[in-house]
This record gives sequence, structure tokens and C-alpha cells, in this order.
Amino acid sequence: MNRIAQAFQSKKNLLNTYFTAGYPGLHDTIPLAEALVNAGADILEIGMPFSDPLADGPVIQHSSTVALANGMNLPVLFEQLQDLRAAVPDTPVLLMGYLNPVMQFGVEAFLKRAAEVGVDGLILPDLPLDEYEEMYHPLFQQYGLKAVFLITPQTSEARIRRLDALSDAFLYLVSGPGTTGGTTLPDAEAQQQYFKRIAGMNLRNPRLIGFGIAEKTGFDRACQYADGAIIGSALIRALEGASDAPAAAAAFVQGIRQA
Amino acid sequence: MTTSYQQPTARGYYGEFGGAFVPEMLYPNVEELRTQYLEIMAEPSFQAELHQLLRDYVGRPTPLFEAKRLSAKYGTRIFLKREDLCHTGAHKINNTVGQILLAQRLGKKRIIAETGAGQHGVATATVCALMGLPCVVYMGAIDMERQAPNVARMRLLGAEVRRAESGSQTLKDATNEAIRDWIANPVDTHYIIGSVVGPHPYPDLVARLQAVISEEMRVQLLEKTGSELPGFVVACVGGGSNAAGAFYHFLDEPAVRLIAVEAAGHGIHSGHSAATSVLGTPGIIHGSRTLLMQDEHGQITEPYSLSAGLDYPGIGPLHAHLGASGRAEFISITDDEALAAVSELSRLEGIIPALETAHALAALAQLGAGPDDVVVVNLSGRGDKDLETYLKNMDKLI
Repeated sequence: MNRIAQAFQSKKNLLNTYFTAGYPGLHDTIPLAEALVNAGADILEIGMPFSDPLADGPVIQHSSTVALANGMNLPVLFEQLQDLRAAVPDTPVLLMGYLNPVMQFGVEAFLKRAAEVGVDGLILPDLPLDEYEEMYHPLFQQYGLKAVFLITPQTSEARIRRLDALSDAFLYLVSGPGTTGGTTLPDAEAQQQYFKRIAGMNLRNPRLIGFGIAEKTGFDRACQYADGAIIGSALIRALEGASDAPAAAAAFVQGIRQA
Repeated sequence: MTTSYQQPTARGYYGEFGGAFVPEMLYPNVEELRTQYLEIMAEPSFQAELHQLLRDYVGRPTPLFEAKRLSAKYGTRIFLKREDLCHTGAHKINNTVGQILLAQRLGKKRIIAETGAGQHGVATATVCALMGLPCVVYMGAIDMERQAPNVARMRLLGAEVRRAESGSQTLKDATNEAIRDWIANPVDTHYIIGSVVGPHPYPDLVARLQAVISEEMRVQLLEKTGSELPGFVVACVGGGSNAAGAFYHFLDEPAVRLIAVEAAGHGIHSGHSAATSVLGTPGIIHGSRTLLMQDEHGQITEPYSLSAGLDYPGIGPLHAHLGASGRAEFISITDDEALAAVSELSRLEGIIPALETAHALAALAQLGAGPDDVVVVNLSGRGDKDLETYLKNMDKLI
């Protein structure tokens, strides 16, 4: 069984943490992964920084700008990820990023390298579903990589069914309108109805809720409606200016995990 | 007549360029537009209202002026399509008038836009004032400094101008911020994009709304020259909306040479240039697969041009296809060549062009057009907004 399926089968209330590769320091990628997992993160999402991250808010965009200035790029990242599986042998790891850097690296070369270093899945928000289905799905399968798709409150039921059928990892429920790290909570009742509606669809994939979840209360609330949640911008904020980034990451996760 | 160049495929491709590479958060917005724009634009009531506004509000048809002194200088027959005489001073309003009518029919209550030089922002703020819709315009912090009069115009028209502080703080970042606003406001807001860029259906939508330029040219050329078809159509390209409009009804007339003029900045290989057709490679920017300026790792780089309207790091997918297929010829013009063309047109014809437009004029020297050729230059905008730049560069103008 693959690491993603294993994690969802053996655990409840999964915590998926996102951080940007190369932030705050170029070589923080592996130490951060190790610290997050040791502190209780169940899934890791490693962001591949991009100059123009459309789906992200200011916090992740800033971390991407810093990471790029630090010298992060895909060849450097894959070099670092050679040590990934020695550091975190069993934790599912996803790479999240935009299509353009992947295209310039070469889609197939990218998938091959990702599989070689032990990455389990990919989140490429601007990869159109039609193109994925026709061009990339067979390649993903060939390299044993899982695709994770986003769902929003506006996504139609028919499209959710299609995304569910094409995925065999988990579905990423975007909590409301907005980019990552948003602080304005949408209409709580509408949001609850959206989560319940999705929960009632009997989808084949588990679901994680992300966008705008910053602390323990938000995490616990998300876990009422899904199999867990994704935290990104709040973790990045906790790393900003930290003298010891892995320690700051561990403390952040412990704050979410405390009983 | 074939329609191979005018029409993108159902998924918005011109050759290998185009498409809609948008995150799921934008998918419903783009899909709503994609499934409805053609139908709405074909409605008689839409067409009637559009034509009335273009005539009575924008001031169309714009004249096709035979520039005799300029013609004498270049030894050919040059006509200027006077888009600079449109309300608000440039072709941009052709698109915003059409899109605001579309937004109303889609039931949208709020308008957002991005702007570089400020012309599209002003054109959007103008139609929002006309229709009584709230308007938010995103503009790069650096562009707000260098185009202060247009910031003031937008505010006077009742628009809120929001500063894009991220990234390089210019047009591409203003576009990012506008897209993020649309993600956060998926139901009530329409995004009036200003050029033939972005995800399908925007390139086609904007090209169709700007196509009135070449539609009028054909009628006017017939009257003035006896033929609807000129030898050359010349237009500057940033994202490419005025060029798309000037080329549109000639795209499938192979006898007409289409000349797209880009900004070379300090020189194509100076490291300070916006000549995307030369320096760009295929990639994805703002939801479209096209030619763009990027580094070897796929990070989008910042172009340079003295003209704030031409320093977009990509070109519309239609133009990428016209270049790749050889249908259009691309020429690059430096800042200094464009400034010289500003001065030339001002003194020979009494028309002060926008700095963007001056790039197209500067290309006249490279056309090789003869005395029997008819050349149409799309005079996309007037120079009022650039007076400060012109004052700073008086030594190159005189």
C-alpha cells in the first residue's frame, strides 16, 4: 500500500503541513521536514517556489520570493530531496507548485525525479483537468505518483465526481473563496453546509480542508467535517525571523497537536 | 475565407498557444464566461447597445488619416488609424465598453481590472462610472509612481486604485492581484482584463471587441484607396490588444503583411528589453500558454521598456501563434528610436503619439514599403499621459 493510503487508513485527524522549499534558508528543506514529522505532522506538502503564485496569498508569495532569492530551483530541490527518505521514511510527501517551472524542467523528467527521491504525489493547481486526464494521467501512473485536486464551494457536483474519479490520494477542500492564508472567515453557516454537502457525497477519496486554517481551533473544527486539515501560511509565518527554523516548526505543530 | 487565425479552438488554442491554465478557485468564473460570452455578444440588444456606445460615447468610427508629410519622408503611402481620438485617449475603451455590457448581462455587480500604464485602468473606471458599477483597479506600485496622472484620473472617475506591492510591482503583479481578487469574489465580480492575454476566453473576447478597428479600416481604405486591403498593417505589441484589433479582419488575407512591433528597451540583448518574441520561450503566464520572458527554471522575469504599456513579460497567445506560423513579422524598437518617432510625428503631422504607439511608428523605417504600397499604422494612443517622460527626455526628442 502506498504511503498516502497507509496514512489515511491508520490515522484520524491528519495534519498536513505546507512549507516553501528554500525558506527561510536554502538548506532548511530536509531539517524542516524531519522536525515537522517528529512533532506530529502526518503529511508534508513541500512548495516549489514560483515567481507568480496566483492561488497563494501574500505570506506564501513572500516565502517564495525569499526562497528564489536564496537560490532555490527544481534541480537544487531534487538534490536536497535525495535525503528525504532517510529523514522521513514513512510520511507521505507531496510537491505543490505551479506548472510553468515543471514544464521548463520537463514534465516527464520532473515526474521521474520526483518518484526517484520518494515523493508520493503532486499538487499542481493550474494544471487543467482536461489536459491532466488526456496527457498526464498515464505518466503519473507510470511513475506511481498521485495527483491531488482542489475543490471549492463553487465546484459543481459533476466536476467533484470527476475529480474524485481521477484521484487516488485525497481531495483538497478549499475552505472558502480566497487565496491561501486568508483571514476573513466566510459565512460560517454556508461553509458548514459546503463541508457537509461534500461529506455526504460518499466520495471514494478522503478529504483534507485547507486555506485559512491557522491554529488549533480551526484545525479541530476542520476535522469535524473531513479527515484532517492543511496548514501552510500560518506555519510560514511562524518560521519568519526564527533563529532556529526546525525548532519553530516543531513548536508550531505541537501547538496544533496539544490535547 | 478561412478562419484559422481568427478563431481559437474550443479550448482556446491558437496553434500550440492559449488554453486556460487556471486553479480550481478560478475555474467557475472562467467557465461562466466561456460558456456565455459568444451567446451574449451575438444578442441583438447587446450589439445595438455596443454600437450606440461606440458611436456616441467612444467617438467611433475613428478617422483614417492620410499622413502626407510622413508618407513623403518614407516614400510610401501612410495612413494613421486614429485610435488616439477615442474617448480616454486610446483604443483600450473599445474593450471596456464591450466587457461592461457583458458583465451587466452576466448579472455582475462589481468590476475589477489591472493596469500598467494606466490607460486600461482609466478606460475601465470610465465605463464603470458610466454604468454606475463599483470599480477596483490594481496597479503596480512602481507604475503608480511613473503614471501618476492616470492614477488621479481613475480616482476622479470614482475608482479605487489598489497598489500591487508583490513581486516586481508592475503590470504582471497587478494582474496577479486582480486574479486573486477574482478568486476571493467569485460570484458578484467581473474581471475586465485589458489585453488579449489570460485564460481562454479572454484572448478571443478582447480580440473580438478590438476587431472594430480593422473592420472600420477596411471600409475606410476602400473609400480612400479603392481597395479594402493595405500592403502593411503596423501595430505595437505589449500584450497585444491594439495589434489584435488592427490585424483581426486582415488575419486571413495573406496579401496583407502584419507587422507587430515590440519594445526592445535599451536593446534586445541589453538585459533591459521587452522583446518577448525574440527573448521569450513557451510557458504559462496568467493562465495562458504563450511566449514569455523567463529564466531557465521557469521563473517569470521582469521586462523593461521606457513605455509602461509595453513591459508585459508575455504576449497574447494569438500573437505567439502569428509569430510561430510566420503570419506576422515582429520588429523590435528601442526606447531611443521610439522617442525619435514621437518627435517626428509631432512635427510632421501635428500629432503627439503615446510612447507605446511611437514604437509602431519607428518601425516605418524598416518596412521597405515602396511608393505604391499602402501602410496603415494603428495610432493606438495619444501622448498626453507620457508628457512627463517626454520632458525628461527632451534631449532625445529634439
